[in-house]
Amino acid sequence: MNNLLIVNYVINGKDVVFTINPKDSLLKVLRDNGYTEVHNGCQTGDCGACVVILNGRTVNSCMVLAASAKDGEILTVKALGDIHNPHPIQRAFAESGAVQCGFCTPGQILSTYALLLENHDPDEKDIRRALDGNICRCTGYVKILEAVKLAGRLMKEAEHV
Amino acid sequence: MSEKFTNAGHSHSKIDSIALACGNEKYTDDFMTDTPLHIAFLYSDIANGIISSIDYKAAEQADGVKLILYHGNTPDTLHTTAGQGYPEPSPYDCRMFDKKVRFVGDRIAAVVADTYKQAEAALKLIKVEIEQLPALFDIEKAIDAGSPVIHSDDEYPAIPVTYKPEENIAAEIVTGFGDLEKGFKQADLIIDETYSMQYASHCATEPHAVSVHFDERGRLVIITATQVPYHVRRIVSIVCGIEIKNIRVIKPRVGGGFGGKQEVFLEQVAALAAWRLKRSIKIVLSRKEVFISARTRHAMRSRIKMGVQKDGTITALDVDDLMNAGAYAPHALTVLSNAGAKVLPLFNKIENLRFSGRSVYTNLPVGGAYRGYGATQGYFALNQHIDEAARYCGEDFCEYVKKRHIKSGETSRVFEALGEGKEGVRQFIKSCGLTECIDRGAKAIEWEKLRGKKLRNGNRIRGVGAAVAMQGSGIPEIDMASCHIKMNEDGSFNLNTGATDIGTGSDTILAQIAAEALKTDYSKMIVLSSDTDTTPFDTGAYASSTTYITGNAVKQCALKVYDLILKAASEMLGADKNELKVEDSKVSSRDGRTVEYGEICAFRLYTSGQLQIQASSSFVAHESPPPFTAQFADLEVDIETGEIILNRIAAAVDCGHPLNPLLAEGQVEGAVLNGISYALTEDYIFNSNGRMTNPDLGRYKIFNTVDTPEIITILADTYEDTGPYGAKSVGEIALNGPAPAIANAVYDAVGIRLRHTPFTPEKVWKLLNEQ
Ligand code: FES
Ligand code: FES
Repeated sequence: MNNLLIVNYVINGKDVVFTINPKDSLLKVLRDNGYTEVHNGCQTGDCGACVVILNGRTVNSCMVLAASAKDGEILTVKALGDIHNPHPIQRAFAESGAVQCGFCTPGQILSTYALLLENHDPDEKDIRRALDGNICRCTGYVKILEAVKLAGRLMKEAEHV
Repeated sequence: MSEKFTNAGHSHSKIDSIALACGNEKYTDDFMTDTPLHIAFLYSDIANGIISSIDYKAAEQADGVKLILYHGNTPDTLHTTAGQGYPEPSPYDCRMFDKKVRFVGDRIAAVVADTYKQAEAALKLIKVEIEQLPALFDIEKAIDAGSPVIHSDDEYPAIPVTYKPEENIAAEIVTGFGDLEKGFKQADLIIDETYSMQYASHCATEPHAVSVHFDERGRLVIITATQVPYHVRRIVSIVCGIEIKNIRVIKPRVGGGFGGKQEVFLEQVAALAAWRLKRSIKIVLSRKEVFISARTRHAMRSRIKMGVQKDGTITALDVDDLMNAGAYAPHALTVLSNAGAKVLPLFNKIENLRFSGRSVYTNLPVGGAYRGYGATQGYFALNQHIDEAARYCGEDFCEYVKKRHIKSGETSRVFEALGEGKEGVRQFIKSCGLTECIDRGAKAIEWEKLRGKKLRNGNRIRGVGAAVAMQGSGIPEIDMASCHIKMNEDGSFNLNTGATDIGTGSDTILAQIAAEALKTDYSKMIVLSSDTDTTPFDTGAYASSTTYITGNAVKQCALKVYDLILKAASEMLGADKNELKVEDSKVSSRDGRTVEYGEICAFRLYTSGQLQIQASSSFVAHESPPPFTAQFADLEVDIETGEIILNRIAAAVDCGHPLNPLLAEGQVEGAVLNGISYALTEDYIFNSNGRMTNPDLGRYKIFNTVDTPEIITILADTYEDTGPYGAKSVGEIALNGPAPAIANAVYDAVGIRLRHTPFTPEKVWKLLNEQ
């Protein structure tokens, strides 16, 4: 308890300072500080429910030490859009029926975001590979794959205007 | 069909989906109560034994520790953790903590501390001595005379059913009709084979969690990831001795259930700790704890003896099931009975039939409710037998089934003989789209082109196989659902229901049903579900009941409200009720005057005949119309490695008139994939001490995007007159198809019968090389 650390992050565009236990995972620190949209499905790196974007790359936040991510730029699903102004990926997931229980959804959406930033026109194989770390027990992935394709189209359209 | 309706039958995204996609919605662990205490459990690593001493002095003194719970200081009320109708059909065979441990993962004690880390650290300071007893891991051995008895402490059934704990038998069923012996004599061929299915975890992505706090007036508020909020309230009350009036159970968003959260095993511990300490409490299980200590799919061994004549007639069917209940027996009777009740009516022309089954206590993890609920196990065996029978008489599987499956207007004697752990309810099938499912599924998978062709591609040989199944829609004459609807002065409505949306979309479906009856749009419904203070009773999300049972309650209730709206409108317009036309939230008279729903509500709230336009309804079903499915697998078998490469699976489902095709498809797709990975990879690997050696999602393999084959979903076009706007259930049925369809396809490709799941490459390779 005595060797607590003070660390800085930029989370969803906002500077924050947290006091953390150096042994804690980034997942724990985020959740303890109210970022409960980052979900805890296994804590062993096997499910992808805890995915965030750290310095431009998707990571399983349960496998990252919070201390090692200090000064990092972190995006959670809330960085993309909110209920009043959802991001095209969020809209695409909702409209395609890709959200059932929704527990895997923030992770799926962030993996999709990372994919679509690099590749606006991914084929089915690209999508499957980009999302292979995000387990979903509800959907059988059918509608998730459709959502990613739709999101790609929506983002392309948005760029053209 | 959907043209007739403005809401029912239309695809809409779930009403909570955009909020979920934005990360706004809250699950149990997301609620921030003021500094809750945390609980860590001490689990037994011994499969069978008696606790001779517990020394927790050191733990009690440890940093942050507030309380230690164990058998010596907790109520010893015998109960079942099964969230079922009351009194439950599952035996009362467990205590919150017991002097005996009965499986690796059984709970010995709980430490309550300021932080989880402190609680976890204190676990190591508890010294437990356990007098080890011989353990039983094999179901056949468990029922041998002279085997050690797992339950010998006053356990009892809450309803009059066969329960023989002294023989390790948790449930027993024997039923049937006709004359088996005569039937077998008439047969030209007797197919007698034994099948088995393995343990499995639900793997809902959200692990079990509960968060308890006190409200301003000192009542206990239990926020919990449950499928059964009302059963939670009752069981907590009984086990902890806290009055119902002091308990409020809230179900927030739930990250999947699949039966796993139909079980009440954390809430009573959290509630008791909170009640004693007058503090908030939180429990969140780790994935490992879910695997080893939560509930599982019952492993089952099924022996089927079937007499067949050359023309394909089945002259006799004798089914003998032996089910592994595990260390306690929640759902042990009802899952077992469903392995017959939901399976055997499908081929209803069989005149001589017997179904016998036993659920057996062992020192392995506890079985429970799991999507498919025994039907999955039953259909795995039956479909392979049917495939063999069809081949024997030279008929195509599809044609064979179409000729012999139950049809509209028909009944089966099994419905009456076998229900949920007791006699069943006689019913005639009103809608059956199984033939349509078979035809459309076969077409989608190119059955004619591929069946029996054994197309070869290097080491791979291709085959197609099919399977059929039915399920039910709720539990007739037992389960009840209710709801309340009130109208607001902008024409919106509050729909409060105890039905429990755990990601299935039932909030949305129920809004669509209500809106249909109210002639408004589903977006006008504000749905609140599952809070025992504010929403009326519902048995919960299980047995494929919500669409049908709660759906009927909602429809009835909405029609009552609709009637009140018409009455008010007729007064406002000075026109007879019967002459009014209602469309799109507006009522108009023949002379063209119109009042809007909002105005009508305001008229009643503020102006004349003042009252709140509102109604409530309860519904109990008198039948349980089955949905049907036909599923087809297209795969290749690598004869060098034994690997099964699944190309496509087609699932055609008759769920009546699908109220929301998008969500119905989603139910089918999720269940199909669960069925596929159960058939191919999911398994509990136990060591010789009964310990699960793969309790993580790395080694317990469920499918990801790359593993998943193409899934083709087809919804048949039928209409169930007794259902709300033609609907039947869809939640469970699709899990019953993949394993037998894959097994039948493997036979089609390479001529081996896979009678034991999971179909690992090793198993396939071995059978191929025995040929
Ligand atoms: S919680 Fe991090 S991968 Fe599962
Ligand atoms: S929607 Fe439930 S796990 Fe993906």
